[in-house]
Amino acid sequence: MRELSLHILDIAQNSIAAGASLVTIDVNAEPEKDLLTISVTDDGCGMPEELAKSAADPFTTTRQSRRVGLGISLLQASAQRSEGNLTIRSAVGKGTAVSATFRLRHIDRPPMGDLAETMAALIAANPEKPDFLLKVSANGRYFSFDTREVKRRLTGVSLSEPEVLAWVRDHLHEGLKDFHGGAPI
Amino acid sequence: MKTLADLEEIRKRTLDNLNTRKDEHATRVVVGMATCGIAAGARKVMAAFIDEVAKRNLHHVTIAQTGCIGLCRLEPIVEVTKAGEEKVTYCKVTPEIAREIVASHLVNGVVPRQYTIGHYENG
Repeated sequence: MRELSLHILDIAQNSIAAGASLVTIDVNAEPEKDLLTISVTDDGCGMPEELAKSAADPFTTTRQSRRVGLGISLLQASAQRSEGNLTIRSAVGKGTAVSATFRLRHIDRPPMGDLAETMAALIAANPEKPDFLLKVSANGRYFSFDTREVKRRLTGVSLSEPEVLAWVRDHLHEGLKDFHGGAPI
Repeated sequence: MKTLADLEEIRKRTLDNLNTRKDEHATRVVVGMATCGIAAGARKVMAAFIDEVAKRNLHHVTIAQTGCIGLCRLEPIVEVTKAGEEKVTYCKVTPEIAREIVASHLVNGVVPRQYTIGHYENG
């Protein structure tokens, strides 16, 4: 994956497959600590301890069709290349939290990329369930987006309406554009 | 600026139109969003569909996602199902091809065969 936002799109798929009602995506850049933390937390079905321990192994997968699963292992490789690491906390019936850290200014750290497009893709393909909560904080700036708030305002109208999706994309691009360029994340 | 307050207007407009489009037949666009699809560029393809469908105001089109169907080398893969018609599977889709699929297949009902998996695999 060339962008961290593509990893986020990929990891969030696991939360969707786990039947989550809410997927929370946190992006936190702390320049003074040279640290970037990305976490994807869900309230899905969770994993038993043994499975959670081996989830970053590419030869661990729950699917029946093939014996490989690359999503988490690719994110882990990316974190480790930038002197960070990956942790998974999970409890059966409660949910899973995947958290990856990166040295913010490490030369091998991939750029954040288009986080707005990642959120738009997630929301477009999953307009009913789960809900998505995005929280981005970098250099003292903060942006959040919550599909529950959007749904409250849209009562009776689906998020899948073309006009609504177009609004979601534009709103996210505007809200996140300050975080791009000038190299914050 | 696109603010949350805009949603109220969108809601009103959409509800006003709901009655006039009951007879439209549903069309489903499914984009492969597993690790292989994402790495091959599925996000840009999804964005192109969202954008083109909104521009043309195609209310009867739903966009959805699926996992890996085992043809990773042909990703991004997109399946289009129109009501009462057979499913068409496109492979190695780019944003440009996505826009062409909307114009040609979704709007005009002509399947651009050159992008389908059957054409790609069998020449």
